[in-house]
Amino acid sequence: MRPSTEVAQVEAHDAHDAHTDTIVAIATPPGVGAVGIVRLSGPQAFAIGRALFRPARRIPESVYPPSHLLTYGHIIDPNSGEIVDEVLIAFLRAPRTYTREDMVEINAHGGPLILRRIVELALAAGARAAQPGELTLRAFLNGRIDLTQAEGVMALINAGSDAGRRLALRQMQGDLSARVQAARTAALGALTRIEASIDFPEEEVPPPDPAELGDLMAQARDEIAGLLAGAESGRILREGLRVAIVGRPNVGKSSLLNALLGVERAIVTPIAGTTRDTVEEAAQINGVALHLVDTAGLTATDDPVERLGVERSRTAAREADLLLLTVDGSQPLTELDGQVATDLHALLGEEGAPVILVMNKADLPRAINEEEAQALWPGAPVVHTSALERAGVAALEEEIVRMALGGAAQAADALVSAARHRDALRRADEQLAAAQATLANTLPLDFVSVDLRAALEALGEITGESATADLLDRIFAEFCIGK
Amino acid sequence: MTSRIETLDAQALGFAASYEVIVVGAGHAGCEAALAAARMGRRTLLLTMNLDSVALMPCNPSVGGPAKGHLVREIDALGGEMGRNTDRTFIQMRLLNTSKGAAVQALRAQCDKQAYRLSMKYALEAQPNLELRQGTVVDLLTDRDVSNADDRPAANARPRITGVILGNGARIPARAVILTTGTFINGRLVVGAKTQPGGRTGEGPALGISDALARLGVRMRRFKTGTPPRIDARTIDYSQTTIQPGSATPRYFSADPTAHEEILLPPGRPNPVYPIPPEAQTTWRAQLPCYLVHTTPKTHEIITANLHRSPLYDGTIEGVGPRYCPSIEVKVVRFADKERHQVFLEPEGWRTGEVYVQGMNTSLPEDVQVAMLRSIPGLERVELMRVGYAVEYDYAPSDQITPTMATKAVDGLFMAGQINGTSGYEEAAAQGIMAGVNAALYARGEEPFILRRDEAYIGVLIDDLVTQPPTEPYRLHTSRAERRLLLRHDNADLRLAPHAYRLGLIGADRYEQVERRRELIERTLTGLRTTIFTPTKALTARTEELGLGALSQKMTAAELLRRPEATYAQVAALASDATSEANCENESCLPMPDALDDDTITEVELRVKYEGYIRKEEMGAQRALQLEDRRLPETFDYRTLVGLRNEARQELERVRPRTMGQASRIPGVTPADIAILLIHVERQRHGQRQRA
Repeated sequence: MRPSTEVAQVEAHDAHDAHTDTIVAIATPPGVGAVGIVRLSGPQAFAIGRALFRPARRIPESVYPPSHLLTYGHIIDPNSGEIVDEVLIAFLRAPRTYTREDMVEINAHGGPLILRRIVELALAAGARAAQPGELTLRAFLNGRIDLTQAEGVMALINAGSDAGRRLALRQMQGDLSARVQAARTAALGALTRIEASIDFPEEEVPPPDPAELGDLMAQARDEIAGLLAGAESGRILREGLRVAIVGRPNVGKSSLLNALLGVERAIVTPIAGTTRDTVEEAAQINGVALHLVDTAGLTATDDPVERLGVERSRTAAREADLLLLTVDGSQPLTELDGQVATDLHALLGEEGAPVILVMNKADLPRAINEEEAQALWPGAPVVHTSALERAGVAALEEEIVRMALGGAAQAADALVSAARHRDALRRADEQLAAAQATLANTLPLDFVSVDLRAALEALGEITGESATADLLDRIFAEFCIGK
Repeated sequence: MTSRIETLDAQALGFAASYEVIVVGAGHAGCEAALAAARMGRRTLLLTMNLDSVALMPCNPSVGGPAKGHLVREIDALGGEMGRNTDRTFIQMRLLNTSKGAAVQALRAQCDKQAYRLSMKYALEAQPNLELRQGTVVDLLTDRDVSNADDRPAANARPRITGVILGNGARIPARAVILTTGTFINGRLVVGAKTQPGGRTGEGPALGISDALARLGVRMRRFKTGTPPRIDARTIDYSQTTIQPGSATPRYFSADPTAHEEILLPPGRPNPVYPIPPEAQTTWRAQLPCYLVHTTPKTHEIITANLHRSPLYDGTIEGVGPRYCPSIEVKVVRFADKERHQVFLEPEGWRTGEVYVQGMNTSLPEDVQVAMLRSIPGLERVELMRVGYAVEYDYAPSDQITPTMATKAVDGLFMAGQINGTSGYEEAAAQGIMAGVNAALYARGEEPFILRRDEAYIGVLIDDLVTQPPTEPYRLHTSRAERRLLLRHDNADLRLAPHAYRLGLIGADRYEQVERRRELIERTLTGLRTTIFTPTKALTARTEELGLGALSQKMTAAELLRRPEATYAQVAALASDATSEANCENESCLPMPDALDDDTITEVELRVKYEGYIRKEEMGAQRALQLEDRRLPETFDYRTLVGLRNEARQELERVRPRTMGQASRIPGVTPADIAILLIHVERQRHGQRQRA
């Protein structure tokens, strides 16, 4: 194909299409499958694909990239030249593609970490992380798929908005959330000072002090830098999902832990618990890293040594993303089982993490009253296991993935949503840097606020908060306004 | 309808057989609404309970400020009266935010309160097609009876307005009716323990309309607002005040120079009451200064000691008040650590000694008001002329109107101003002009007129109202606008004149003048982009002399202007004295600065120097813009749309947005909901296409 034709086609396509940005998404469900697919779609898809892909054999420029053919080669990090994965890539020229836009499909060796890495490289090269269902939405809007198929998109988008958001919220708890909020608060603080002085020039609003504004911007950038550098992303993706095994003594918590760790999965990083009471281990289930916290007991005690253990257990339960409330299925429920459930209820409150009820020791004759057991945690799914014989463990794993991530599709979203967070953080940081430059150039405050707003908009993509509403709240809270 | 009133023949009372537009209320919204409709050639009737209160400023006789001043310029660009009327009657004009960026600069005027209303009344009287009558509207006429509010008809069968009934029994037919009733619906005035029904001090409430609205299914809620006491100028010790003079350079709101003359009260006469020291005297126009004083710990003590007598704190007042305009008692309680609050003493006119005490808004009992005023240095011997009070009133939460200002409950019934939950003369006037235009269009079955958020502050204001009904009296701030750099007060004409001319709100003369200016700006911008400076020793010496730094390579005049310290005047001068070096395709392509007015230079400089920031703002709004104008079908039943979350369903059904852009701004509607809406819209379009 002649290069001139290619340019002409891309331009014609651009002109007719409302979507000007290029999106990237992981297209296969998570899991350590044989192949995972990353898709790019939009006007920059080819450029980004070419930047990341190094063909195994030299291909003459005149025939590269060939449309609708698989090419063998490697995904590389364009900055370091490091090889990320061995892949088959397809460049698909519009309009004969799923979205009717230029698309690139990268068939990688799968594994969530590799796929995520590829998505991140695409983001760094100028793509935007797709919203759940966005590829299909584009396909629909560009007239590629019909209405029946579109109904399916709705379900996907909808699932993404509910389960996905719950997950995102959970991700947001703890360290990540606190630091994003800290960055946002500092940036909003700077904007508040500027906007108050602009909108209320005749009030007793002190003129914004450039040094103070600069400090606030630097503070916001520090928080973001901390998040980007140390965390690489949120806790779940760095550390995995936090699962706590809870139950009275002798229900088989430890063997359940071992069963979960032992079946086919490699232990990634064993972390020894610092007391005899909680043990943390890391495992992978369907490509999602799990931390298992075996908690001894939750009930308050007078023994100072035990008290330390109880406190750790309580913290572990509180911080868990998912809890396995374990009972012994071979015995009737005891008072202590009830006590553990009551304590857990009190600890987690209304909005607590989801719970799975595990009836262990299924290898022994069942003696438990199932109704009574279900009453410990109404609505919780029940899984029967025999930790000793490793029976039912696969079902439990499935349930864990389903509960924690809201199903396979959401697990994919979870990975992308973390990449999306990082993407948003990077953009926020760029805008804050621009704000610092605007301030240093002593341009009018009005322009500093353009940069700050753009930064807050990027952070708002993570927190879902709008700057305008909060801004007025803060102005009225901080300054005595009133003519 | 109501049977208690004996029906009279309206024509026998001198009314026309029918009007195209009737405006109820002659405040700031009502005046603009009536003038706009009449200017568009519609037979218009403006009804007011009291002809002596036309365009009254019951609170501060001040017009403008950030965002509000922008609104006045936009109203002026749409042929409205507020800017002209302010120019005719201001006693002080100031330009605010001069150092904070061109986009946030704004004018603020202090008006002569009496001259303002008289001058506006005269403008109404002079307007062809407009009849101004005193009369109280007690009921609204519709084409079908809707006596049972629980039995509201479906949207396709809603009642249509047919006219109004006056207190004297006259039934006056109309195609469209605009309600601009301000604080008069179930108004209640509160001073200390005393309350009385009323919309403003000295004037009773409007009662019949609220029954009519209730019958028609319009929900009402309650807000409160307040005003400070007025004091006697002769009892102020000016030696203890800080003087605040007006602008030394001529500044006006209106682009219409015929309005720049004070028509009622010729300037230049010494005012016997206020001291105007030489440094506060201005030659371009006689102005009165304002005076700054401060509260003291003693003031705060008096307020704190009497809080139990405040109707705000004893539960008498239940309505929600505005946060940006708190009473002094609220300020003292909330900001307890502040040792003093500033108080501006603002004259209410040339021919009065009544002074507005800005910052002392209160509903404390009268004796407390006197005591706290006298604790302020400079006011030790002050005499009260008018007591401060709070007013509670009914408003209709604004999710009940559409972007055309029409009510959703009744076809042809429009509402503008405080009845929609806003505060401020400017916010009222802006809604008024839009309601007037749309009622005029509706009366003849023409397409409505809606301004977008990126076109005008008026668009921001109305879009905010429609998508996010306010929970406190709404005031516009510049920070509410996404495209602030483009919505400047100096380019309101450029933004709006084409609309105004098309609608018949301004004449050809003014429109052509604006278009000439637009053309000049474009020509200058082209000139800046095509004038190329080639570095020579002489030229570099010249740029360094001007403080523009060295010229290291060929660059366009636009690139040079982008240097932080460069001004258009410098670049134009450089181009003219370096014509031999400057390569310009057209000799007159860079007009000399004296050939351009200040606003034009501002426009040119801003568009060149801050191109990057303007683009950034555009990008921020870009994704929204892709959706902004995509229309949502009016037939959507959101309750049954598959895929939407419940909260989104309820909010969408309640607000019934016109466009995707509006839907996306409704709190509780997520991007996922918008994606789903898009699918439904597309599906409907496909369905229609297939049927067609």
